[in-house]
Parts: sequence; structure tokens; C-alpha cells
Amino acid sequence: MLKLRSTLLLLLPAVGVIGVFMAIPMLITLVFSFMTANTYGGVTMPLCVDAYVQMLFDQNFDGTLSFVPDYVIIMVRSVYLALATTVLTLLLGFPIAWYIFCQSPARRMLLLTLVTIPFWINTLIRTYCWILLLRDQGLVNDVLEYLRVIDHPLPLLYNQSAILLGLVYTFLPFMVLPIYATLERLDTRIIEAAYDLYVTRWRLFRRVIWPLSRPGVGAGAVLVFAPALGAFLQPDMLGGGKQLLIGSLIEMQFTASRDWPFGSALAIVVTLAVVIALILQGRRSNSGVKA
Amino acid sequence: MSKPTEGGFNWRHAPEFGFFTTLMVLFLYAPLAVLVVYSFNANRLVTIWGGFSLRWFAKVVQNGDIQAAAVTSLIVAAAATLCSVTIAVAAALALARGRLFVGRGAATGLIMMPLVVPEIVVATTTLIFFSTLGMTIGLLNLIIAHTVFCIPFAMLPIQARLQAMGATNEDAARDLYGSEWRIFRRITLPLLMPGIVAGGILAFVSSLDDFLISFMVSGAGNTTLPVYVYGMMRMGVTPEVNAISTILLVISTLLAFCVFIFSRPTAVSGAPAAKRPSLSLSTQEIT
Repeated sequence: MLKLRSTLLLLLPAVGVIGVFMAIPMLITLVFSFMTANTYGGVTMPLCVDAYVQMLFDQNFDGTLSFVPDYVIIMVRSVYLALATTVLTLLLGFPIAWYIFCQSPARRMLLLTLVTIPFWINTLIRTYCWILLLRDQGLVNDVLEYLRVIDHPLPLLYNQSAILLGLVYTFLPFMVLPIYATLERLDTRIIEAAYDLYVTRWRLFRRVIWPLSRPGVGAGAVLVFAPALGAFLQPDMLGGGKQLLIGSLIEMQFTASRDWPFGSALAIVVTLAVVIALILQGRRSNSGVKA
Repeated sequence: MSKPTEGGFNWRHAPEFGFFTTLMVLFLYAPLAVLVVYSFNANRLVTIWGGFSLRWFAKVVQNGDIQAAAVTSLIVAAAATLCSVTIAVAAALALARGRLFVGRGAATGLIMMPLVVPEIVVATTTLIFFSTLGMTIGLLNLIIAHTVFCIPFAMLPIQARLQAMGATNEDAARDLYGSEWRIFRRITLPLLMPGIVAGGILAFVSSLDDFLISFMVSGAGNTTLPVYVYGMMRMGVTPEVNAISTILLVISTLLAFCVFIFSRPTAVSGAPAAKRPSLSLSTQEIT
């Protein structure tokens, strides 16, 4: 075992680099979210909560505030799509993880490799593939027209379902891998014992496998929900800019609109949502262990 | 029907899940296959097959802007890999072999932070940080930003390898009065090498694949390849986009395969063999 001094010295570069270039920038962003936008696209004094008020209200000419739901709608839509992505990846991912767990070690490695490789392929390219499939002259419409199922191309691209499809496609491996990791540590004698007691397959799942795989499901849920909430590429490329999500909204504040305090406030809100999700997941998996 | 193993039943026998998993693997790979096939299409109209051709690849490779963007991407990825792997080896050693101390959990959480904070937040906060400090040092901005998010990716396989190989060899060397540096040079480092290679490739792929952070942080003249390709994609579906996308896809896939080969659990003498493939995102460390 290393000495305490060496331990701390070895940790210093990692903690230093991530602290200076990630934690401190987040603190600066927090401060910026309470400042006033200046005309050149930076921030200036005085401190205020305008950026947060802006999310809900619009200022009238006489200084009164009126409720404007535009940004709330974008946030609700983002949370809804992130939750839907989490649920769908869970429904699709759990059977995959279970099947992989049921295989021989060699086949497990093969299947895990197959599930993991898309994770290492550029999200930009994986999203672009769906444009090739779904656009008006895309493969799906071409095939359907060739088979005379339809006369005119279906509007498959640039809607909310296309975004959801893109998100599920991107994040499916994030759900399979943690669930598999939990299943792998499962004591298989429990399953055999349950079978000896004439359990049905459904009851086996409901009473034994699901409770024991909860930590993996929770970890997978956070790993899918967090990036899905801040997703930029899928809504941007598959939503066609019509279905604005919070990720694109943040990006716009730093490019087109140049409203840094508002962009910072939105980034803080997204971060808070992720932190809350992490805390909820941590609490749930703790109670799961105790039960 | 079922094989007469373990008293006549086999709960591992699940053909319907097998069918479903096959479908899902198809779902994951079919879109990629479509892209690859289209990229060999000679026709300028992407969807109408005009015969097999490599002309779009030739066109893309000769494009000066793409060459420049590729060089930028490679420089940034190589530099970020070198920095992040060095930092990750030190941190992994401290966490696996170091003494317990107050704040160890906080330090681990901080190092894993880039994995849980949404990319858009990382991108914007980094942009704010650099422009507030007036740090416009060209490529170095990109290298720093990439190093930060590559550290946890590099660290996961290294940590897994350290745990798998155990500390017995190092402890034996310590009993023989080897200095800490010599123990690291002669024992830990050689045994750790597969983990370091795997971590290095993961860091390299993560850097090469990154779009959003480069998109926000890179100034004019320092476009990385994904940022340039994104610009091309905004112009519409073209054979050139298909060709360059296929090239990037093949590079990422090959590198990912290398990781699997390097991080394959191999028994280290005197240590329990790794039970888990280190690439399966060990979420226990993240959450």
C-alpha cells in the first residue's frame, strides 16, 4: 500500500485538471446565471435573477410580468422525451441483458461486444444514419413506395417520434450494460431454488430477478436519462429545429441569441435535474439493498 | 426438448429472448449497414443505386478542408490521450493501492463527473470559462477540454486491470526492499500495460468522436473532423457525407475491437483473473 503522501500526490493531477477545467467553470456558470446580459454577448453587473424569471415570465412595457409558457413547454418536452427514452430502453434492454446472462461465457463476450461497439461509434454518424432511412427519399419510404403500400412519402423525419427513436437508438447500450453487470453477480442458485418450488416464469421475474436487478436498472436509468435530457444532436438533426429541446435552447443562447445569463441558468437547471435524478437513484438502490 | 441437464430443466434456455435480442442487434447495426452500402454508391443521387464505386472516398480524401480537419482531430486526440492516460494511471494507482483518507469519495466523484454531467453543460461551461479568462490559445483549448472528459474513460480499464492483477507481486517486491519507483517501473507498469493500452484507445476514440464540446469550444480555424462533417450534413444528404461518415465509422469500430482484444481478461499469475470485461461501463464507479 502506498503512503498517504504519495496517494494524495498521485490523485492531484486528476483532481486538479477536472477541478480547474470542469468544477470551477460550473461555478462560474452558476455566478453568470445571476448576472445581466450585456449587449456584446457577455455578462455584466448587477446581480439579478432575471435569467430564471425569464424562463417563466415575460416583462411587459409597464414593467409587470406575464406568464409565458414557451420555455416551460420546451422543458416539459425535454423531460418527457428523456423519461420516455429511459422507459423504452429499459423495456428493450432488460430482455437483451437477461438473454446475454443466460449464455455461455464465450457467447456472452461476443454479444457484449456487439452491444458495446455502437457505443464507441460517433453519435453524429449514428444519428445521420436515421436521416438516410427516414427522410422523404429515404430507404423506408422508397421500399414502401416500391411495394405500393403508399403513394406519397410518409413524413417520418422531423417530428417528435423521430427524436425519440434517435434517443433510444443512441442510449440502448447504456441500459443493457449496467443491467447485465448486476445480473452477472446474481447467485444463480436462487433461481434454481425458486424453480424447485414450482415458481412460474412471471413470478420468478417479479419476485426474484427484478428486485435483485434493481441497482443495475437504477444505474442504467441515470446513464440514459442524464444525457438524454441534455441531448443536442438527435433533436437538432431528427427534429429539424421544429421541436426545440433544452439542449438546443442552451446551445442557441451561446451562438445565435448571445444571452449568456439565460444560457447559464438553463445549464444550471439541467445540471440540477441530473443531480436530483442521481440522488433519487442512490436512495432507491440503497433502500433496495436494505429490503 | 430441453437437454437433460441439472435435473431435466434449464432456466437458461430462452429462445424467445434470443429472437428478440437478434432483432435488437439488427436494430443497432442495420442503419449503419445502410450508410456503408450507400457510401459505395456511384450515383450522385444517394438512394438510387448506380453501381459500386470508390469515387466518393477518393473525393473526400482529396478535399483539403477535410484533410485539415482530420489533422486537427488527430493532433487533439493524440495529445488528449497522452495527457489523460498519464493522469488516469496516477489516479487509478492512488485509488486502488493508496491509503484511505477523508475525501476519497469526493475525489472519485469529481473524477467521474465528466461521465454524468450532460455534454451540453460541459460544452457551455467550458466555453464560458475559456472566454471569461480570455484563453484563446487555439488548439490548446481543445486539448484541455478533451483531456478533461477523456480522464474517466481512460481510467476505467486501468482501474479494472489494477483490481484484477492484485497487489501480491508489488507487495513481494516491497518485502525485498524495492523502491516505490522501481516497483512501479519493473512490476506495476508492465503488468498494467493491457489496461493502459485499452484506456488509451478508449480516450482516443472518445476524443475523436466528440462533437458537441469541440463544436462549442473550437475557435475559427480549428475545426475538428466531426464538427466539419456536421457542417456538411447540415447542407443535406450527399455521397461525400456518406463516404466520410463510413471512414469515421470504420476507424471507431476497429479501435473498439482493439480495446476488446487488449482488455480481454487474461490470468495474471498470483492474482484472481478478471471476472468482468472491463469495457462494460462499470456503473458502480460512476454512481
